[in-house]
Amino acid sequence: MSRVRVLVGTRKGAFILTADGTRQHWDVSGPHFAGWELFHLKGSPADPNRIYASQWTGWSGQIIQRSNDGGGTWEAVGNKFAYDGVPGTHQWYDGTPHPWEFKRVWHLEPSLTDPETVYAGVEDAALFRSNDGGQNWQELSGLRGHGSGPHWQPGAGGMCLHTIIQDPSNPDRIFIAISAAGAFRTDDAGKTWRPINRGLRSQYIPDPAAEVGHCVHHMAMHRSRPGVLFMQKHWDVMRSDNAGESWHEISGNLPTDFGFVIDVHAHEPETVYVVPIKSDSEHYTPDGKLRVYRSRTGGNEWEALTKGLPQADCYINVLRDAMAVDSLDKCGVYFGTTGGQVYASADAGDTWMPIVRDFPAVLSIEVQTLP
Amino acid sequence: MIRVELPPHLRGLAHITREVELDIQGVATQRSVLDALEIRYPMLRGAIRDHISQKRRPFLRFFACGEDLSHEQPDAPLPDAVASGAEPLLIVGAIAGG
Repeated sequence: MSRVRVLVGTRKGAFILTADGTRQHWDVSGPHFAGWELFHLKGSPADPNRIYASQWTGWSGQIIQRSNDGGGTWEAVGNKFAYDGVPGTHQWYDGTPHPWEFKRVWHLEPSLTDPETVYAGVEDAALFRSNDGGQNWQELSGLRGHGSGPHWQPGAGGMCLHTIIQDPSNPDRIFIAISAAGAFRTDDAGKTWRPINRGLRSQYIPDPAAEVGHCVHHMAMHRSRPGVLFMQKHWDVMRSDNAGESWHEISGNLPTDFGFVIDVHAHEPETVYVVPIKSDSEHYTPDGKLRVYRSRTGGNEWEALTKGLPQADCYINVLRDAMAVDSLDKCGVYFGTTGGQVYASADAGDTWMPIVRDFPAVLSIEVQTLP
Repeated sequence: MIRVELPPHLRGLAHITREVELDIQGVATQRSVLDALEIRYPMLRGAIRDHISQKRRPFLRFFACGEDLSHEQPDAPLPDAVASGAEPLLIVGAIAGG
């Protein structure tokens, strides 16, 4: 029977949750790296026992950890993230120039085919790649070299590159997203990049339809349709049917179109999940109810999924990297909250149960489906 | 022999449970002690000093003999009591920062 391994990054360590294919009974391992913030952990699609983890603390900065045995043991690898050349300035919150400074790694994205190759999305926003299992990191500086960098600005969480999506049909194509710059795409394996934000509108920048400056919170893609992208923006849920060339809004009947996470069903490319959050000033679930919304029509028509989720006095957030799906049948859906709960659904969202209720605030969730 | 005491989060990172003892060639300074420490425990590189600037991370402090050495020059000799091993060099996490 297949197994599932859920990798949980929290404010005070990492946890690994495992279950068989029924996904009813869970073993909890951790905390790993106790006391450190674990921004993200992700396993290699080419070797599921190879897992990379981004470990950070205000005292000592960034550490990258690597496991070769599915998270049983770990070794620290390279943590030198040096920008290529003189990094220049981006906009500060008040619009003044501010020097580019490396702070932390938000997201690690292992290559689809090579366990030794992994991408890192960092704050201040840049994309790095390692071809030796995380020992050495090189910036793909064509992204910052696009020329719009001086107009990028931080969101509330910092100026982070948080989303990295590899096109499984085209190894030269990668999508990334930055808060608050927007989405970008390369078609030459990272040498050159261009913004793909046409159709986005953001009232918090001087020109709401500007080429860059949009606070994209997260993006998702189904591997069978790499030209279709879904986006949760600061406000608005968006969709592109042409690899980001243009976007249109699919917020439809959502109670609020603010939020952070977005993900796609493993087997149904038109089934999309979001967790609406009340507003940019009230980062919690509206009406005290924790509701996942599912669209089976690729957007616009959304249904609230509530069975097993608290429907009173619940005021938590679900951060941008804290939702994932497994590839079992039925598709499992998982998310973690700032209140420390990790919820799982073994039936594509129809019903939910908490795997754990009392972790530190959850920063990220990734799921591995194992043979 | 120089004794160095790390804060708990760095002891965990380096997989050690007690203070570190280091043999230093030449004058014992912050730089020579940290160089030796990072050779023995490579995972500490970048976690005490910035990789590029080699400056002390702002949320870490260096104490010894009841004194704050955080703002001493990296190549200034450490106190005799530290150089002789009578007193440890304490690397301490700031009250905030964790």
